[in-house]
Amino acid sequence: MNPSYAQLFRALLPELALVAGACAVLGVDLAWLSGWAPARRRAAALVVAAASVVAALGLVCAGPRGSLYGGEWILDPLAVGTQAALLGLLLLGLGATSGAKLQQDPAEFVALTLLAGAGFLAMAAAQQLLLAFLALELASLCLYVLTGYDRLSPASAEAGLKYFLLGGMAAAFLLFGLSLIYGSEGTLELPRIGARVAAQGMTPLLQVGLAMVVVALGFKTAAAPFHFWAPDVYEGAPAPAAAVIASASKVAAVVLFARLLGVGFGAAGWPPAVAVLAAASLLVGNIGALGQGNLRRLLGYSAVAHAGALLLALLLLRAAGPGPLWYYALTYGVATLGAFGVIATLESDGDCQRISDLAGLHRRSPLLAACLAVFVLSLAGIPPLAGFFGKFAVFAAALSAGGVASAPGALALAAIALTVVALYYYLRLLKPAFLSPVPAGAAVISVPWAVRVCLVAAAVLLVILGLFPRLLLDRL
Amino acid sequence: MNTLPSAIYLCFAGSAAALVFGRRSAALARRLALAFAVAAALVVARAALDFAPAGELRTLTNAAWVPALGIRYHLAVDGISLTLAVLTAIAAIAGILFSWNVTESAGEFFALYLALLGAVYGVFLSENLFTLFVFYEIAIIPKYFLIARWGGGEREFAAMKLVLYSFAGSALVLAGLLWASAASGAHTFELPALAAATRALPGHVQVPLFALVFVGFATLAGLFPLHSWAPDGHVAAPTAASMLLAGVVMKLGAYGCLRVALPLFPAGFHALQGTIAVLAVIGILYAALVALVQSDFKRVVGFSSVSHMGFVLLGVAAGTPRAVAGAVLQMFSHGVLAGLLFGVVGRMVYDRTHTRDLASLRMMGLGRLLPFAAASFAVAGFASMGMPGFSGFPAELMILIGTWRYSPALTLGAVIGIVLCAAFTLRALQAGFLGGPPPAGAPVLPPITWPEKAGTCLLVAASVAVGLHPSLLLDWIEPALHSALFLPVWPGAAP
Repeated sequence: MNPSYAQLFRALLPELALVAGACAVLGVDLAWLSGWAPARRRAAALVVAAASVVAALGLVCAGPRGSLYGGEWILDPLAVGTQAALLGLLLLGLGATSGAKLQQDPAEFVALTLLAGAGFLAMAAAQQLLLAFLALELASLCLYVLTGYDRLSPASAEAGLKYFLLGGMAAAFLLFGLSLIYGSEGTLELPRIGARVAAQGMTPLLQVGLAMVVVALGFKTAAAPFHFWAPDVYEGAPAPAAAVIASASKVAAVVLFARLLGVGFGAAGWPPAVAVLAAASLLVGNIGALGQGNLRRLLGYSAVAHAGALLLALLLLRAAGPGPLWYYALTYGVATLGAFGVIATLESDGDCQRISDLAGLHRRSPLLAACLAVFVLSLAGIPPLAGFFGKFAVFAAALSAGGVASAPGALALAAIALTVVALYYYLRLLKPAFLSPVPAGAAVISVPWAVRVCLVAAAVLLVILGLFPRLLLDRL
Repeated sequence: MNTLPSAIYLCFAGSAAALVFGRRSAALARRLALAFAVAAALVVARAALDFAPAGELRTLTNAAWVPALGIRYHLAVDGISLTLAVLTAIAAIAGILFSWNVTESAGEFFALYLALLGAVYGVFLSENLFTLFVFYEIAIIPKYFLIARWGGGEREFAAMKLVLYSFAGSALVLAGLLWASAASGAHTFELPALAAATRALPGHVQVPLFALVFVGFATLAGLFPLHSWAPDGHVAAPTAASMLLAGVVMKLGAYGCLRVALPLFPAGFHALQGTIAVLAVIGILYAALVALVQSDFKRVVGFSSVSHMGFVLLGVAAGTPRAVAGAVLQMFSHGVLAGLLFGVVGRMVYDRTHTRDLASLRMMGLGRLLPFAAASFAVAGFASMGMPGFSGFPAELMILIGTWRYSPALTLGAVIGIVLCAAFTLRALQAGFLGGPPPAGAPVLPPITWPEKAGTCLLVAASVAVGLHPSLLLDWIEPALHSALFLPVWPGAAP
């Protein structure tokens, strides 16, 4: 091992660009914009933030590749692709929610989002226990603050507190689990842990540590029975925060844990536990979403259901590679981000909590209604949208991995059956948007151009990725 | 011939055009829709003229899509798919002509209609099963919005029910196909390659696989007891949608049974053949009996569709080339005639009288007020009873002859079904149109317009042409049934 700090610096440039962007957002706001109206301050902050995200994207594309710093930092196609995708999601998220209800101190909100983004990027590339934990915590701490950012809303405060307390507990589990793994194996580097586990097999100590890691995984991906925070956070958080939590945060967490479990433990010990989580999430998410009258809680339960499918894809890591998992996570991220973009825009002139608040959307804004239909139908898995191929790839891999008698095969059959339930609640969501008359007093919604561009881009992306899945799959 | 796929693309292009330009006026929207539907029909007609009957599927387009999963964008045609493409072309034009009076958001209406149409063409022309499945699912969502927005009565309930049934069916198909592809180790969705692999599976594996795929598709074909979405959905749907749903979309299910379930799992088919045939006959009789006591004119037609689709399923289940050829002919015949029946009931009668209650219609003397509607209904009704000279006659005759060799008892059941069909059709004809002279001071009904007449003539002409000259279609269908794909399906084939 011969660490080269120059090399490490180059590899970390994208993260540094985001941190510098966050500082720039705060600095510009503090130095020049304190007298401006909040809306303009937010616009300026978003422009600076977008510039830094684009810069980071360029740095990711031009950056080094391969295993760096003694294998603790990995920039393989999965990591680089995830980093690029995360930055894309961040950019889309910033733009699509730029019409949201104004918060106090909008610049700080944007800066925190960028810092969380730096954490996400690190989560995609960390291949060492401590680094992984630090990256996860950097992202999580920012997200806790973002969730509770709306100081005037009790729901936001409640969601923030809940997310923080449960998240803190999950972090404690993860740290304890990682320390047990370190104590048992004597190294923090995942490839070396993987080699030792393959050679010596599991010990009871390792088993306990692994169980704690799986608990943290369940929490981070909102898998049942660790999902209780998700509907509350989706309901209470400001829309831009919810968009990030539902999309980029989930993608980063899935890739992080795929590496932690896949590289560190191969197929030892964890698959049965993850299969149980997947089954529970599929059931709880889909059944729970049925009865929801609240739009955001419905999306929260749908997130739980999708977590079930993601965990199923995680189980197939060895049999099918990361392709299905990656494709599913990304396209899910785009779709749910878009849905929150629509919600954010609707919230700028009224409430958007209940499903009935969508009434008459196709008259009030045909563009928003059409985009919402694309996002929701992609979540439901209707072709030719990307959500369909994501499901197809995961289910096909699950069944060909071990047939119907294996755990993934049975899970896939259950998941296919549950897509029918899911279509019901997704259509229930679209029903008021397209079928109900415009409520009295509701005006035509004006959609800012940045939101327009980002939502249309997200919708077009879902169509293109659905028609040409190789655009993503061939990257890995 | 190789231009046939452009029928699919024309429909989707027309859908986009109707959505974009249809906002300006309803007149522009329907003219655009008609133009694109006619263009697609011309493409189909040209292909039909060029078609040289050959057994095997003829490839139209074949491009790599996702090679890792054995997914190709592979379109192909044989006599069966061409028959159904011709049916789609005819029903589509008639449907647009019968919805000439749609004014509410006409652009969106025709956009959804054409999207559904494009998906239907896509299913009929798909060779790769992934491609087929994608088109099959694309067809689902337009149905929901067509019914829930432009329908009548309990439209939201009916639309949701129809869509959930369809989607549940396609979920079964998806599970079956993925399982089959995994179990056979073929890792491809190319129909001949997958069929070659799945036929080698032992019988006890084929049975559940066949059941999944067949029941999944047959849900959309109205197999008893999974048929109850059909009357609800077709009654609530706007006229053009019920014409297309009953006329063509139900055939997607029957086509899937025939094209996918049978060739893929012949052993499974032979094991479950009897069950399906019995269910089909129950469906024929049950739906006919229910149609006999309906007070709603449109529900009579809705249940008659289920009854007639029972003949298709019976023909498929009988599993002889003649019965199956009859089933395909019946698909064509029912597609044309159900379209006409729904057109008369939904457009000519309901849009003018605003009632579908047979008791009220009896008082109106529609036979005098709307003689054209009465004549059209009589023609369509007699044709669907199986009167010689119309397409229903050769179709049902072939099914009955083909089934006789399989099971005389079931054939008798089906014959009783034909009698019941005559009973409910005549009852509806009498109550709807022949109730006596119109009462004094009856409101003047708007006269039948030219699009309605044109649509009626088109549908009647199609039925008469095939009725007088069934070999027009049978010359296409029969060679396809003797292709390598279907050989293991027929009795006496080597196991």
